[in-house]
Amino acid sequence: MSFESFADFLAMGKHGLYVWTSYGISLAVLALNVALPILARRRYLQDEARRLRRESKP
Amino acid sequence: MNWTWFHKLGSPKWFYDISGRWLPWLSLAAALLIGVGTVWGLAFAPPDYQQGNSFRIIYIHVPAAILAQSCYVMLAVAGVVGLVWKMKLADVALQCAAPIGAWMTFVALLTGAVWGKPTWGAWWVWDARLTAMLILLFLYFGVIALGQSISNRDSAAKACAVLAIVGVINIPIIKYSVDWWNTLHQPATFKITEKPAMPAEMWVPLLIMVLGFYCFFAVSLLLRMRLEVLKRESRASWVKAEVERSL
Repeated sequence: MSFESFADFLAMGKHGLYVWTSYGISLAVLALNVALPILARRRYLQDEARRLRRESKP
Repeated sequence: MNWTWFHKLGSPKWFYDISGRWLPWLSLAAALLIGVGTVWGLAFAPPDYQQGNSFRIIYIHVPAAILAQSCYVMLAVAGVVGLVWKMKLADVALQCAAPIGAWMTFVALLTGAVWGKPTWGAWWVWDARLTAMLILLFLYFGVIALGQSISNRDSAAKACAVLAIVGVINIPIIKYSVDWWNTLHQPATFKITEKPAMPAEMWVPLLIMVLGFYCFFAVSLLLRMRLEVLKRESRASWVKAEVERSL
C-alpha cells in the first residue's frame, strides 16, 4: 500500500480530482460498451419474438 | 497450420455458437484483470518521483491508447479479409469494432488531457502524437458514418474496407510520432527489445490492465457481432429457433 490513510488515498497527493475524473469516466465508458449491446440484444429479441408470433397467426 | 477455423467463419451459425461459448470466460478474464489492475495501479503501485500520483492515470491511458490503435489495425485486417475472400463476417466485425475503437480513442484523448493539465500545464497541445490520435478518432467517425450512410450493404462494406485499409497508414505515424518530431509526449512505455524503464511494481499492473482491456474489447465486440449476425440472418431457421429459445 503506497498510502497512509484512506483520506490520503482519495487526495492522491494534490491530484485527486485529475486521477478520479479519469478513472470515473473511463470505467463508465467501459461499462457502457458492455451494457448497451446487452440491452440492444434484449430489445431486439423481444421485437423479433413478437414479429414471429404475429406472422405465424393465420 | 490448420486453417479450418478460418473457413468455418464463413458460417454465421458456427460463429454464433462458438462466440457464445467463449463469452463467459472472456468476461470473467476481463473483469478479473481490470479489477486487479485498477486496485494495484491506484493503491499499491509506488508514486512517480516526478509526477507524484497523477501518473496513475497511465493505467487507463496507455491500455486505452494501445487498444484504440490495435482496433484500427483489426479494422484494416477485416477490410482485407472482406475484400479478398468476400467473407460476410468480416464486414460485421469491421462495423461492430469501429464504435469500440472510437470510444477507446476518446478515452485515451480525454485521460491524456486530464493527465496533461497537472503535468504539462495544458489540457491540449498541438503535438504530433496528440494530433495523430485526433486524426484516428476522425477516421473512426468516417468508418462509422460511411457504414451507416450507404444503404446497400455490399457497397457499404466495400467502402468501409477501403477506408479502413487506407487509414491504417496513420498507425505507424502515431507509433513513431514521438521519435520523428520534437514532442512533449513521453516515449513508449513498453518496447519489444528492451526492459521497461520503470520498476516492475509499476509496469506489471500496467501489463495486467492492457490484457484486461483486450479481453474487454473481445467481450464488447462479440456482444455486438452476435446481435448483428442475428439481425442479418433473421430469416434463417436457426435464428428463429434462437429467438424462440430466448422467450
